Amino acid sequence: MTLINESIGKRHTKKKYCRFKKLGIKYIDYKNLDFLLRFLNEQGKILPRRISGNSLKYQKKVAQAVKRARHLALLPYVTDNLK
Amino acid sequence: MKLKNYETVFVLTPVLTSEQTEGTITKFRNFLLEKEAELVHEEAIGLKKLAYPIQHKNTGIYHLIEFKAKPEVIATLEIAYKRDENIIRFLTFALDKDGTEYNEQKRNGTLQLKKHIEFEPKKEETA
Repeated sequence: MTLINESIGKRHTKKKYCRFKKLGIKYIDYKNLDFLLRFLNEQGKILPRRISGNSLKYQKKVAQAVKRARHLALLPYVTDNLK
Repeated sequence: MKLKNYETVFVLTPVLTSEQTEGTITKFRNFLLEKEAELVHEEAIGLKKLAYPIQHKNTGIYHLIEFKAKPEVIATLEIAYKRDENIIRFLTFALDKDGTEYNEQKRNGTLQLKKHIEFEPKKEETA
């Protein structure tokens, strides 16, 4: 029996990256709801950067697009079963 | 004065007749033309379900206009929106150069939307 600390359940995770930088997407359309849904959780909240991996520049643009969509009632402000 | 690119969307109440709808849209189109705005693109998105009720309505008629205008026009446009009872929601914002490019490509059909759609969605994580 070894007493060396082994990392439990900590598998090698892929490094996060910003998908906008990688794919070269410059403008986020607030009308493209399927795309915006990737950045929301079930309650319609915007996912944090630590989960989505977005760079600050694009996280701000995502937030702006989501807020525009919410204002025009394309997305709900609060909900329980989005997706 | 240099013209700026803008995009405006308004939502009309669904209770209007088609003539009234058309009339309101024409009214705002003429309003912009009067103010020396250049209309770039117009899109009647049509009747859509609202994500939440606005003024006890569950649907709305969406209409989008992309135009070039002087910045002073926007304030008067928004006042006109507020005064119109048929309009339940509106949004006007300035397009940056990426936005203008995106809309243009979308119209020409050269937009590579696949990129967006093909991308594998991330595994669900609870925040």
